[in-house]
Order: sequence, then C-alpha cells, then structure tokens
Amino acid sequence: MNSRKLEIAVGIFVALSFAAFFMLALKVSNLITYESSTGYKISATFDNIGGLRVRSPVAVGGVRIGKVASIEYDNENYEAVVTMEIEPKYNRFPSDTSAGILTAGLLGEQYIGLTPGAEEKYLKDGGKITVTQSALVLEDIIGQFLYSKADEK
Amino acid sequence: MSFSRGSREIFKNISLDIQRGKVTAIMGPSGTGKTTLLKLIGGQLKPSQGSIQIDGNNVHQLSRKDLYQLRKRMGMLFQSGALLTDINVFDNIAYPIREHTELDENLIRSLVLMKLNAVGLRGARELMPSELSGGMARRVAMARAIALDPVMVMYDEPFTGQDPISMGVLVNLIRSMNQSLHLSSVVVSHDVPETMSISDYIYLISGGSIVAQGTPDELKNSSDPWVQQFIAGQPDGPVPFHYTASPLMQDLLGE
Amino acid sequence: MLDRLQVLGQRVISVFSRLGQATLFLYQIILTIPGLLSRPSLIIKQLYSTGVQTLLIIVVAGCFVGMVLALQAYYVLVDFGAEDSISQMVVLTLMRELGPVMTGLLFAGRAGSALTAEIGLMKSTEQLSGMEMMAVDPMQRVMAPRVLAGFLAMPMLTAVFMAVGVLGGYLVAVHGVGIFEGVYWSLAQLKVDFYTDLMNGMVKSLVFGFVIVWIAVFEGYDSVPTSEGLGQATTRTVVHGSLAVLGLDFLLTAIMFGDI
Repeated sequence: MNSRKLEIAVGIFVALSFAAFFMLALKVSNLITYESSTGYKISATFDNIGGLRVRSPVAVGGVRIGKVASIEYDNENYEAVVTMEIEPKYNRFPSDTSAGILTAGLLGEQYIGLTPGAEEKYLKDGGKITVTQSALVLEDIIGQFLYSKADEK
Repeated sequence: MSFSRGSREIFKNISLDIQRGKVTAIMGPSGTGKTTLLKLIGGQLKPSQGSIQIDGNNVHQLSRKDLYQLRKRMGMLFQSGALLTDINVFDNIAYPIREHTELDENLIRSLVLMKLNAVGLRGARELMPSELSGGMARRVAMARAIALDPVMVMYDEPFTGQDPISMGVLVNLIRSMNQSLHLSSVVVSHDVPETMSISDYIYLISGGSIVAQGTPDELKNSSDPWVQQFIAGQPDGPVPFHYTASPLMQDLLGE
Repeated sequence: MLDRLQVLGQRVISVFSRLGQATLFLYQIILTIPGLLSRPSLIIKQLYSTGVQTLLIIVVAGCFVGMVLALQAYYVLVDFGAEDSISQMVVLTLMRELGPVMTGLLFAGRAGSALTAEIGLMKSTEQLSGMEMMAVDPMQRVMAPRVLAGFLAMPMLTAVFMAVGVLGGYLVAVHGVGIFEGVYWSLAQLKVDFYTDLMNGMVKSLVFGFVIVWIAVFEGYDSVPTSEGLGQATTRTVVHGSLAVLGLDFLLTAIMFGDI
C-alpha cells in the first residue's frame, strides 16, 4: 500500500510547518525577550513621553535590558508614569540612576535609556527613578530654533 | 403511503407488500419515482403520509442509531454502482465490513474473497473502480451489497445499460443469490423480460399509484390494455406516443 | 416596482435559508467529530490532499511575495536612509496580512475547489447515498475529516508561507541590496511582537481555514449533481471563499490591530 508514503509526506509537511513556525518565533519575533517577563519593575515619571509605547525597549549603553510594561497618566502631577520591566540579572542599578527617552536614529523608534548613577544602594522591585529627561519633540526643537533665529536679528 | 416532493405528488396512497425470501419487482415507466421508492424504504427520504414497516419497525420513527442498525441488514445496489472511487475493488467490499466489525484482516480477506467469488470477480480485486466495465462495476456493487450478509437487498435498475451477456449474468446472480442467501430482494426496473423472469411478484406503478400487481404469469394474461402495452412494449396505446399537445395542424399553422 | 421588491425579498430569503442550511450542516459535522478521533488515518489522508498538495504553490508564492516586498520596501525606505528597516516591513506585512490572506486565497483556489469537486462528484455518483445505505455516516467519514484537515492545514501552510516569505526578503535584502545580515534579523526582532503579530496572524489563518473548508464542503454537498452544477459549485467555492477571506481579514484586522 502507498499509505506509508502518504503518511511520510504528511509527517514531513507537519515537521516543516513546525520548523517554519519556530523559525518565525525565534528568529524574527521578540519571543526570546519574553522570557524576562518575570523581571522586576521600576517606574519613572516624564513630562512628555513622545512616541514611547508599551513594549518599547529599555536599554543601557545601547544594550537592551528590559521593556516598558505600562504607561499611565498621573492625574495629580500632570505627568506620565512609565513602568519598566527589567530582567532580573541586571539588578545592580544605583538608586540615583537617571532615565531618558531617546530616539534610535533621526526618525527611529523611541526607547528608554538608563544612565547608572553613583549611589551605594540599588534599585529594587517597585523602585522609582527620580531623575528623568523627557522625549525630544521635533516640533518644539524646530520652534525653539526659529525663535532663537528671530531673536538674533 | 404517500410522498410528495415540493408541490408534485409522486406517490398517491400506494401500498406494497414485500414478502420475505421472495423476489419482488417494482416496474413502471421512467420517471415514476421507482428510485424514490427505494430511498423511502431505506429511510433516506420521509413519506408525507403513512408509514413503511420493516420487521414491524416503522422505518421513519426509528432513532438515527436504530436506523443505522437496520440499514446494516439492508443491501442496496445503486444504478451507478456507487463504488468509492478512491479505493480498489477489494477495499470497496471490505469497507462496510471494516466499518461495522472488528474482524481481523485475515478474516476480512477471506470474507471479501468469498463475496467476490460469488459474483465471479475474484481476479479483479486489485482494479480501481474506474478500470471496471459497467457490468463489472455493478457486480462489485452487488458483492458489496451482500458484504454484511443482509436479509434484504434492493436493486435499483440493475439491468439498465448492460450488454446482453452481463445482463444475463446479473439476472442469474440476483436469482441465485436470493436462493442461496435466503434474501428478500426488491428489484426496481423497467426491463420487462429480465424482470419477469426472476421475480415472484410484480407491482406495476404509473402516475403515482399501483396500476397492476400479481405474479408474472398473471400479468402476462392480464386484460388491462395499459399492462399489455407496457409488457409488450408497444409504442402507442393507453400511454400515448405524443406528449400532451394541441393538434399538429393547429400547431403547424401557428394558430 | 412591486416585482422588483419581490425579487429582492426572494434573494434575501434565499441567502438566509442557505446560510441556515450551511449552519445546520456544519453542526451535523461537528457532532460527529468526537467519534472520528479514533480514526486518525482518515484525517491524515485528507491532510495529504489539502496540505501537502497545496504546499508547493504556497512555497513558490511565499518566496516571490517576500522578495517583492523587500524590493519595494527598499525603493521607498532608501530615500529616507532607513533601508535597514526592510526586514521590519517585510516581516510585519507577512505576519499580519499577506501571510494569512495570500495563503487563504491560494488555499481556496487549490484545496477548496478540489474539495468541492470531489464531494460533488461523490454525490452525483451516489457514493454518499451508498455510504448511507451501508449504515456509514458520510458526515463523519467524508465531511468531518475534510473539515478537520483543512482547519489544521491552513495555519501550517500559513507558517510555511510566512517563513519562506521572510527568507525571500532576506535573499533580496542581504544578497540583493546589501543590508547586513545581522541587521536584517535583529531589527525584525526589535519590532515584531510574538503575540500581536505572529499569533494574531495564526489566529487569522485558523479562521480563514475553517471558513474556506466549510464553504467548500457545503458547496460540494449542496451541488446540483450535473456537470454544470458541479462547475458552478466549484466556482462558487473559490469566489465565496476568497471574498470571505478578504472580508474577514478586514474585520479581524480591525479587531486585532484597531486599538493597540
């Protein structure tokens, strides 16, 4: 009977499709970085978060160490509260670490860059970063530039 | 028992009795719903009035499960054979056995070969249905119809479109199988001489009702002109040659 | 005027009654599925005819679609000096839209039409009636394995289509226009989300697969058993299947990505 051949062909097909799926999952999606979803959380407040989104990367020195877990608006202080999830193995951030919203390239995606401080104490789960720098908004910069030009004259 | 399809009434209060162990023939011109009658007996269609009883069971009041149990005891030979085209002759006959029993392959093999032997096609078991001639396909279908050793077999136009030799083979098979397997057979056909030669009792159906019934001899000697026309195959008679129309001259002159 | 209204009414009624029939038909099939699980060989056989036999066209189409996407992305992005992002565009387009939709359209054309023709032919040669008279339920033995196999085959084919498309894009981007290999993969990883992009694409493909086989099997079962009727049924499967894929895609996209 040729049912053996048929079963082998179906077997190959199924194996191929699983290989394709795992290749997609591991090679071109962020599944690997999901393993850190049990990381510890720290928050920071910004005046303006620009184009930052949930799941935007959090990086130190260009190396990705976590992601943005949630973005909320603080009704009392009129500020945006960004909660970041940092991978557990990077647990030695001094408590005076500063956070800034940076842009990858001129028009690229926005991410949070952390700059470690000098304190002896480290940030823990639920910790807060107090020194922050808001996103650069291109319109504001152009506006400032035009005003300063106008002032010069 | 009555049956209508849409607004067209196909059977009007007909009553048939199929006797155990006999060959009952149902005859009539094309388009009288003979196949429909078989489907009604098999429970594939529902009568609009009346009932069909087999062994005291009302076919259309059985649960689906009981109906399927009942069908295991019925074999049916379709006009086209209805063989499954994607498997070969052997597997076609083994199909109902495999579906309904847990027999092991060796036993199934012997059973299938016996059934094939009965219709004389043991040598054709490796062929695919598309490689069979019409007569052979019908014999394979016959072997399949008796695969589960039914008590009743229905034949839907078994002789239509067959050459004289395979017709003779089929006639003999139906008769001999009826005797050797103690079947009750129902043959639906409009091939007069063949059907007359094998049946014990004949119902003639036309226009949705039974026109005549009796043994073949009784029918041959019937004085009813309609029966005579049908049996002798005369082109004109009580059943007119012309479909109902206005007189020819009137039509030709366009009036 | 009244006549036209009547025609309209008839149309609407017939559409709904067909939908009702199709739903009942599906319900009957689904009822038989538990009993089918003891007969996996039937499903494997159908996986072969719906899955394996559609694979080749999926691979070829996927490869070309990926390559074309990469090329077009390059032409646009190079003006902004952002040609490094080719992979993001290729991968996102493939996963969110083109993967499931193209696979669905090809599946409707290749596997769907074959299913309708096969079942229609089984009906016209009385094979289905024959099975019923052998006390074999054609819903379980013929329809259910096909529906189940189609439902399983679609996401698998979609995964293959996406993967081949990504590789096609890789060929053009890395070997054609000279993006660095590492950049191609890592920028995709940065932007493509496993759940919102890949899994949503897979969910789409499941829905499409289900609807296409449902249409295909129903059209076959409901076909007029003549050669003309069969031809019409096959055409209807491809047309309705394709339209269903496109319409549902819009709906699903709106639900999935409408509000991120």
